[in-house]
Amino acid sequence: MNSFSYTRADDVATALREVAADGAAKFIAGGTNLIDLMKENVERPSRLIDITRLTLGGIRPRSDGGLRLGALATNTDVAYHKEIERRYPLLSKAILAGASPQLRNMATVGGNLLQRTRCCYFYDTATPCNKRTPGVGCSAIAGFNRAHAILGTSAACIASHPSDMCVALAALEAVVRVTGSVGERVVPFAAFHRLPGDTPNIDTNLQADEIITGVDLPARGFAEHHAYLKIRDRASYAFALVSVAAALEMDGNTITEARLALGGVAHKPWRDPQTETMLHGQSATRENFKRVAEALLRDAKGFGRNRFKIELAKLAIVRALSQASFKEAHS
Amino acid sequence: MKRIITLTVNGEPVEGAVEPNRTLLSFLREDLGLTGAKHGCGLGDCGACTVILDGKPVNSCLVLAVQADGREVLTIEGLADNGKLHPIQEAFIETGAIQCGFCSPGMILSAKALLDESPKPTETEIRTAISGNLCRCTGYQKIVEAILAAAGTAQGKEVS
Ligand SMILES: Cc1cc2nc3c(=O)[nH]c(=O)nc-3n(C[C@H](O)[C@H](O)[C@H](O)COP(=O)(O)OP(=O)(O)OC[C@H]3O[C@@H](n4cnc5c(N)ncnc54)[C@H](O)[C@@H]3O)c2cc1C
Ligand code: SF4
Ligand code: FES
Ligand code: FES
Repeated sequence: MNSFSYTRADDVATALREVAADGAAKFIAGGTNLIDLMKENVERPSRLIDITRLTLGGIRPRSDGGLRLGALATNTDVAYHKEIERRYPLLSKAILAGASPQLRNMATVGGNLLQRTRCCYFYDTATPCNKRTPGVGCSAIAGFNRAHAILGTSAACIASHPSDMCVALAALEAVVRVTGSVGERVVPFAAFHRLPGDTPNIDTNLQADEIITGVDLPARGFAEHHAYLKIRDRASYAFALVSVAAALEMDGNTITEARLALGGVAHKPWRDPQTETMLHGQSATRENFKRVAEALLRDAKGFGRNRFKIELAKLAIVRALSQASFKEAHS
Repeated sequence: MKRIITLTVNGEPVEGAVEPNRTLLSFLREDLGLTGAKHGCGLGDCGACTVILDGKPVNSCLVLAVQADGREVLTIEGLADNGKLHPIQEAFIETGAIQCGFCSPGMILSAKALLDESPKPTETEIRTAISGNLCRCTGYQKIVEAILAAAGTAQGKEVS
């Protein structure tokens, strides 16, 4: 790890002032992604601003019937919170499908949103990577890209977003609350992460002088009909090759609303709300699920080793929708 | 620049001067001589460095020592009571859940955190609780048996 200075912020205003004063400073929350990347020399901050003592923890009800997750609530706090288990089991299951108990005890909501790709070239400072050093080229496109994206890629970067939690938050249409020097703003989940385009060095639409303060869950949690399906190489310690968060509203066997978010296939949790409407008013049959899976993957593009993901994603979508359509969700 | 940190380690107040880029693991092992927590992968993968921080198991290789300032740390060295092994430690020995022993401090601390929260865990709960601890020797079965046994022996006794 490079050497850096360390400060601990006591309030949000101080944290924002300190981060604005030094372009190479970074916030540290649970540290499980940042310290990992610092050990690999991928991140070399001049200063760490410890935000863990800010009062941004906790999980509270909101007046609109939803819940607010504090940015510093740990992944463990969220996954085992009684109201999350009861009303948003999709979120709880997605979190528990990731990392390990020790990591989830440290990892925070804000840090999980901002965790960086696990692309092996991004981690290997001896190889060219546009995300690390803009303009030098992407080693993954013609390289070892088994884990990489098949949707929304660019000629500059084919990295995938590694989070499980974010896939559930995308399906739930959560809202990210941020505060910066110009005040507070709210960012719909779909607009938080971005596609790589020709600036893959920028992962999200959060500005450098902004801090995440929390994530709001809308009142609807799709507790009756949901599934989180994560396909990976091993049952623990592996990031998703493909994951699917499926959330359905049903009237008998008829689907009245469908939400599908995909993980491991793009630079951000992948949603295509237009295509999801294909299921509205339809009955919960394999044929209908297959049709929507084909449509969701219509523009998918493989890069050699990750071509299998296209078929895998389709099969995973069909299975997740089948699971979600049962009242007792099995995932 | 070094920073002064004060924390509680195994019930005792401890003060140290550390560079911000030192991990809690290296502080415990090198400055305090507590070598029970092991350095395995250094990346959050293996769990050999597990310690209990404010009641929760964490990977001390991914925690900065400065982040532990003002907090409470329990390492494997703090588990025995006046030279008498903790029931989980006894159960690991009796069941044959220790071979090379590299994973054992982390395994036992993950088990302790589980039993503190859920004194009568199911086998699934046990397997989840130790899913962040890799063992290359035992095949896990004996470890699960040891924790089940400890949950039994702990019955009616204070597990602290
Ligand atoms: C071995 C291993 C396996 C893993 N497996 C999985 C998995 O299967 N699925 C999965 O989803 N994740 C997995 N993870 C990733 C883990 O979930 C993330 O590391 C974690 O969520 C990051 O949270 P943190 O609080 O530790 O973030 P930190 O490391 O503290 O921070 C990450 C980034 O976010 C910034 N940041 C943090 N909080 C804020 C805030 N409030 N406002 C603004 N910026 C902020 C930091 O500056 C930093 O750039 C794994 C990690 C490891 C090490
Ligand atoms: S896929 Fe993206 S992160 Fe990976 S090497 Fe290419 S530019 Fe870097
Ligand atoms: S040494 Fe910390 S997890 Fe392996
Ligand atoms: S006993 Fe050797 S690694 Fe577990």
